[in-house]
Amino acid sequence: MLELALKGSKRYYAWISFLVVLIAIGSTAWIDQLMNGLQITGMSRDVSWGFYISQFTYLVGLAASGVMIVLPNYFHSYKTNKHMVIFGEFMAIAACIMCLFFIVVDIGQPQRMMNMIFHPTPNSILFWDMIVLNGYLFLNLLVGWTCLQADRVRLPHPKWLKPFIYTSVIWAFSIHTVTAFLYQGLPGRHYWLTAILAARFLASAFCSGPAILLLVMMVTEKFTTFKMPKNALKTLVKIIAYAMCINMFFFALEIFTSFYSNIPGHMHPILYLFEHASSGLVTLMWTFIAFAAISITLLVTPKFRNNLKLLPWTLVILVIATWIDKGLGLLIGGFNPTPFETITPYWPTGKELMVSMMIYATGALVVTVLFKIATDVKEEMGHSQVLPCGCSTEDHCDCAPAEEAE
Amino acid sequence: MKNNRRTFIKLAAVAAAGLAVAPKAAVASSGGHSPAKVNAKAEHAKQWAMVVDTTKLHSAEEINKLAEICHKTHNVPHIEGKKEVKWLWHDTYAHTFPEQENPHLAEEVHHRDYMLLCNHCENPSCVRVCPTKATFKRADGIVAMDYHRCIGCRYCMAACPYGSRSFNWGEPRHGLDLSKLNPEFPTRMRGVVEKCNFCVERLAEGKDPACVEASEGALAFGDLYDPESPVRKVLRERFTIRRKPSVGTEPCVYYII
Repeated sequence: MLELALKGSKRYYAWISFLVVLIAIGSTAWIDQLMNGLQITGMSRDVSWGFYISQFTYLVGLAASGVMIVLPNYFHSYKTNKHMVIFGEFMAIAACIMCLFFIVVDIGQPQRMMNMIFHPTPNSILFWDMIVLNGYLFLNLLVGWTCLQADRVRLPHPKWLKPFIYTSVIWAFSIHTVTAFLYQGLPGRHYWLTAILAARFLASAFCSGPAILLLVMMVTEKFTTFKMPKNALKTLVKIIAYAMCINMFFFALEIFTSFYSNIPGHMHPILYLFEHASSGLVTLMWTFIAFAAISITLLVTPKFRNNLKLLPWTLVILVIATWIDKGLGLLIGGFNPTPFETITPYWPTGKELMVSMMIYATGALVVTVLFKIATDVKEEMGHSQVLPCGCSTEDHCDCAPAEEAE
Repeated sequence: MKNNRRTFIKLAAVAAAGLAVAPKAAVASSGGHSPAKVNAKAEHAKQWAMVVDTTKLHSAEEINKLAEICHKTHNVPHIEGKKEVKWLWHDTYAHTFPEQENPHLAEEVHHRDYMLLCNHCENPSCVRVCPTKATFKRADGIVAMDYHRCIGCRYCMAACPYGSRSFNWGEPRHGLDLSKLNPEFPTRMRGVVEKCNFCVERLAEGKDPACVEASEGALAFGDLYDPESPVRKVLRERFTIRRKPSVGTEPCVYYII
């Protein structure tokens, strides 16, 4: 099926070339890092992890997000999601690749990476994180590719695949739990030392991940004949709304525990992030609160939630809010207040951002190629194709105006 | 053609069997002994520990002097700023004992500087998190580093509640005076974590750690599980505290206040 990725419009090739250029530009910074070491980053003796690890943490959420489409389909037989499943799985593949890449660029001796396998150390959460990430990548490649191939030749999905599908659904929860455990079990890092961190990670993943997926799907609709079935879209938006509410509820629980207990160590990181840090970071953290509030308001109000013109903006606001919280604040809040109760500021350097851009561009490239293949197969099969009125062929809509169709 | 392939597979099987047996054969032929010999003078302990007498050792200059000796002994690079590498250093009371801060503490105690180093915990969180066993706990309780095993993931640095570990962000040899290297101890490469090793290389020769030797009695060193050791003698006679006892790592560096 890979040959489908090779035949595309001029616009498709222009986009691919653009991504390749971004990757090439970013790789110059990575080569610099390979030659000169991690001194090109803003990390320090006190802040030993930085932007790379925080991006990895955020993207694990994206990897886990596809399960919010897959789970209803396979566990509840919610067949409305049927034609969306493949995109969730393919998005997970790209996210896993980005996650693994972010870990590789973060380690000081990448050529010794295989030591993790030669000297397996089950007491280290990093060992388990490697297992779950690679396992999830493998499961999604296997399930996604096999299903799409079966679809293409109009055969039912093979029976032997079932156990792998069910495993992959449960596995999706594990990748986020294990990643949270990476942070959660460390003494002396008050911001992370909380039993609810894994739950917060899952809540944040199940709102931010599907939001990113939906945004990418909307772009996909623009450039292909694929159209999301309206009911699948609506279900997913409701899931996002619930997950975001739970996410912010969990955050409020953290605030209560810290401030009602009045334990300095637990209050310091929060006070630092929202009050004492550099003005730029404080502004960002308050932006997170404001954007979270706006996105929740827009998502829980049916009038706004069902407004498809407003929806992309709602999702963008939500993604920005969750990214500031988990892709930036989580790491900085845990590290900048040091175990000595001093502050060592951290901010990524330009080169760090360039290396990150390289990885994000790689992820975009993987998504583009996989989605191209998936939409081409769907087009061949006539699945979820757009009708002249803008509905999907799965919508049972006889091209009447949208209100009547509902 | 077919015969050739069959012969090849047979040969390959024989070769594989030989490879599997070879190491054991080599061990058998050498009498089963490790070629390395333990120094007869080496000091042994169940758990090495240190007591810092802060009534005697509390000025920045004195501690810096010890740090210099330590860093020279172990070829620790000198790097300015927040990417520094350090095995032994000093800090204020508030930063050393953040959980035991007291606004009405005797001024003199507050003004002292406190010597800091790796605590060689009995229950080290850095060892628990290391994904390659590059950080490991020796039988004598010393938390040691295998610089050749370390992949530079810096998980141990995130896990250490005492900030006792340094990472070589750049080439450490640039921070060394190459004419004054200690040829007895290796230098490091970039991209690996390093830390105080309680001078295992000196203990192996029957000597005390370099800082203890130079401390003029301000540092006591010995086996925590030998009631007759210098450490236990001091712990019996003087009141001591440890850094962050609440995190449960059981640090083996004690402070007389």
